[in-house]
Order: sequence, then structure tokens, then C-alpha cells
Amino acid sequence: MIQVDHLSKSYGGFTAVDDVSFTCQPGRVTGFLGPNGAGKTTTMRVMVGLTPATRGQVTIGGHDYRHIPNPGRHVGVLLDASAQHAGRTGREILTLGATTMGLPQSRVDQMLELVGLSKAESKRRLRNYSLGMKQRLGIAHALLGDPSVLILDEPANGLDPAGIRWMRGLLKGYADRGGTVLLSSHLLHEVELIADEMILIGHGRIVAQGDRTSLMAAHRRSALTLATSLDNDKLAAELTATGHAVTPMGAGLHIAATPEEVGRAALAAHVVLTDLRDGGANLEDLFLELTSSTQRDEIGATA
Amino acid sequence: MSTTVPELHLDVADTVPIPFWRQVRVEFRKSYDTRAGFWLLATIGILVGLVEGFILIATLVQESPVLWSDFAYTAGGITSLLLPVLAILLVTSEWSQRSAMVSFTLEPRRSRVVGAKLAVSAIYAVLTMVAMLVIGVVGTGICELVQPELTEWDFDAKLAIAFLVSQLLTMALGFAFGSLLLNTPAAIVVFFIYWYIVPTVLFVVGELRDWLGDLLEWFNFQASLQPLVDWELNTGEEWAKLLVSGFIWIVLPLAGGIYRILRAEVK
Ligand SMILES: Nc1ncnc2c1ncn2[C@@H]1O[C@H](COP(=O)(O)OP(=O)(O)O)[C@@H](O)[C@H]1O
Ligand SMILES: [Mg+2]
Repeated sequence: MIQVDHLSKSYGGFTAVDDVSFTCQPGRVTGFLGPNGAGKTTTMRVMVGLTPATRGQVTIGGHDYRHIPNPGRHVGVLLDASAQHAGRTGREILTLGATTMGLPQSRVDQMLELVGLSKAESKRRLRNYSLGMKQRLGIAHALLGDPSVLILDEPANGLDPAGIRWMRGLLKGYADRGGTVLLSSHLLHEVELIADEMILIGHGRIVAQGDRTSLMAAHRRSALTLATSLDNDKLAAELTATGHAVTPMGAGLHIAATPEEVGRAALAAHVVLTDLRDGGANLEDLFLELTSSTQRDEIGATA
Repeated sequence: MSTTVPELHLDVADTVPIPFWRQVRVEFRKSYDTRAGFWLLATIGILVGLVEGFILIATLVQESPVLWSDFAYTAGGITSLLLPVLAILLVTSEWSQRSAMVSFTLEPRRSRVVGAKLAVSAIYAVLTMVAMLVIGVVGTGICELVQPELTEWDFDAKLAIAFLVSQLLTMALGFAFGSLLLNTPAAIVVFFIYWYIVPTVLFVVGELRDWLGDLLEWFNFQASLQPLVDWELNTGEEWAKLLVSGFIWIVLPLAGGIYRILRAEVK
């Protein structure tokens, strides 16, 4: 539904987004992950025509966003929950949006209720809103026109844990009804649980994409296990004999083998294991490794 | 695979584009739904009310003669001084508050948003002219009841139209500076210097040498506007001066400001 095609954006000599391509499918939540300054916001701004692309293009449902008539009815956008007049009340902000899109005032009340902003809260001015309340209002604004595509930039920012869980449910339900959701975050755990698909971006480039399993499978490094036993020397000797590199570490061992191999070695050597852990990369390590330039450079240099 | 292809296409054929009048409605609402906008309008209203009340009482107490234009011009003068600030705010507040991001996301055809804001400025110019006429009628009407022999209805439609034209121009110029600078205080200061001080400077400098005075007349928009306001725009030279100076004073800044808004990366 959203198609990003060889998109690049440069500011002077600095390339903020570098040849980025990906697609977001209907019925799925796509997580757009990357550390601060990776180029997520810039990519999303190009999507909705606020920033011109240097090269490449983005289409939404086959259209350039700027050519979609009354785009709020098709694409819900939340780029920055604070980018509203601080002196307007939440209700007034939604009313302006609803009027622009040609929606009845009742839609405003529905959306306020959906995002859990009370009547009293909706009559406060935006400058008196907490960040979490602004995010809720922003999500309400994005959903006003009952769009089939949602583009949300860091919507979980500032939400409390209950709010994050609420948003997860909301977006999941939205995607289950056939909607397309693209949401960005710099925090893996915010999107890990809802994203069917993840796009990892670092320094303007896409470094990995896919669902959780395929990401892990594609980037599985050599096996690594951390083990502690009642007789580390005996276990180390058995593992070395079967051809695995072993280095002592603290009270335990650092072994270049899978946990299963270590378990079998302990069984063969009749050693009691007291701790056995998979030391291989988890998604978070993968995320940090892929998106940090210094590590990427080191890996590139030593490979 | 083939069944998923139609789903990937967003059907927009049945969606009606946002009509211009609706955008105008939204922009009009934005002009008074914030404290800044509301109090600017309220201040104009209160000031006009106070000054007109003062004129009315002074006239009646001193039993002095009074004209319809005394009331109307006072109302017009006060509004024409302050209302351009509203035109400035229409543009700059979207930038300082960053709501332009939302406005241009909901209506990516930015020229329509800019056009709607210009239309709102024009609507306010018309409204002030109507208010000026009504206030003139009310003030003069009260005096007519109390002291008919001292009251004169010197109503002149030409003057009302001249007022409307200059009000439209100052609103357009306020709008232009708002869009050029995209910053409220800077736009207000530059606007007042440009509109109220530069013409005087041009005139004073023109007094130094005859040839300089002749040349500067082509740049002095307010001076060129005077024949129009007086309904004495007769000669071709007067027309030419009005067009040349109007181009320099109004068209250039407005075109530059609109160009900036249409191109700006909204942050
Ligand atoms: N207008 C601009 N001029 C110069 N650099 C910019 C501009 N906008 C964004 N950048 C830079 O582009 C990079 C990507 O920014 P952004 O897309 O906001 O990252 P993210 O949203 O992933 O945190 C950053 O290094 C940022 O400083
Ligand atoms: Mg960002």
C-alpha cells in the first residue's frame, strides 16, 4: 500500500535518507525502527509531501500523496503531536480537522472517546496537555477521516505503559480490519510486539527488514553459550576435545557452541550444569549492531 | 498473488477534493479561535467603542456640529491600523506554532490554503467597511435625534469604496510580510515601518532636489494612491505611477511571500 522506491533526501552535502526502498502491506503493522537521526521522520515527511525528495519517490496506494483528493479521508498522519497551536483546545483542533475534511462534529466526540480523552480534558488548551495526552489527541486527529492507511511517527513517545498497551491493541485491531499501519520508533520494545514486519534504518540506510523470525535467521551469528557448572575444568576439557573454543569468564565459561551442544558435553562428562544461557544475539543486540555506524564500520573493517 | 493487487490500489475516484469555501471557513475560524486572534479583534472593537463613545458624548455635551464622516472615519482609521496584524497572524502563527504541518498535510495544494487565508483577509476588510458604515449611521443617528440642526449626513459611497481599497491593500501587505518573514514580531515591526514610515522618508528625501522628488514619486505608493482615494485618478501618469509603485510595494512582497510558503519545508 505504501511503496517507498529508492528514496534519497540530502540537505546540502548531508544525506539524511539514502536510497531507501520498502513497502507496507494492508492488514499489517510495519515498524520503522532506527536510532535518533536515522532518517525515519524525514522519510515520513517525504511520504506526505511536506519535504521534497532529492531522488526516488513514494506512492500510497499507487498515488503521490499530493494528488490524493481530501487526503485525510484516506491517509491518517501523525508526524509531531506538538505541531499544533498550543492555544487551541483539543476539541478545537479536532473540529478544525473535521471541518477541513468535511466531517460532522459528532466524529470529533467519537474520536475523543476512542482515544480516552474526557470532555473536561478536551476543553483544555494544548499547552496544558502532557506529552501522552498530545499523542492521544494526535492519534485521534489521524483517525478522524476513517483512513485506510496510517502513518505515525513515534506515537508511543510519552505514553505511559498502559497507554502503550492501549495503542498496541488499537493499531493491531486497525490492521486486522485491513488497514495499513506504518509506525516509527527508536525503541525496539515499543514495536516488537505489534509489528508484523520491521524495517531497520540507520544513518539513512535500510540495514535489515523482515519479520522477527526472518530477521533473526538472516543475521544469526556463530553460536555462543554461557555456562556454569560444578566442575568447569572438566566441562571445558570435554568441550575442547569435541572441538569447541572455550574461554573462562567470571564464574563460568564462554563457549563457541549452541546450548544444546554444551548440554550434551556436560552429560557426557557427567558434570552438573548450574547455569546455561544462549549468548547469541537477541533482536535488541541485532538492532543495536545494525543501526550503529561505529560497530558497522568495525564489522566491515575486520570482515 | 494476483488477488492482492487490487487491494494495493487506493481508490480515490469517488473522493471529492476539499472545496475552497470550506478551506475559507476553516481559516476564518482559525482567525478568532486563539487568544491572540480573539483579543486582537476584541481590542479593535473595544477601542472603536471607546473612541466613538467619547466623540458622541463630547459632541452632545458641547453641542458642536458633527458629520457622518467623523464617526465613520474614526472607526475606519482605528481598524485599518490594527487589522493588518490579523493578516500577519493568519500566516505567522501557523509557523511559530507549527500547525502549518497539519494544514498542509490535510490540504497538500498549498496555494489553496494560502488563497483561503487571503480570502479571509479580504472578508475582514469588507466587514470593517460595513462596520464603519453602521457605526457612522448609529453615531450620526443619535446626534440627529438630539441636535438635528448641527448634524450633517455627508455620506459618500466613493469614500467607502476608497476606504475598502486601501484596507484591502494594507491587509494584502500585512499578509505579504507575514509570509516573507514567517515570524510574528518581525513581520509586525517591518510592516509598520514599511507602511507608515517609508512613505514619509521618501517624501522628505524628495523635497531635497526636484529631480529626486519626481523620481521618488514613482516609488511612493501611498502618494500614488491618493488620487484614487480622492476619486481624481485622471491622468495617464497618475495611473502609471499607481501601477508601478503598486507593483513594487504590494505585488513584489506578496509574490515573494507566497513563493516562500509554497516552497518552504514545513518543520
Ligand atoms: N532541514 C534539515 N536540514 C539539515 N539536516 C536535517 C534537516 N532535517 C533533518 N536533518 C537531519 O537528517 C537526519 C535525519 O533526521 P530525522 O529524519 O529527523 O531522523 P529520525 O526521525 O530517525 O530521528 C538527522 O541527522 C537530522 O539532523
Ligand atoms: Mg524522528
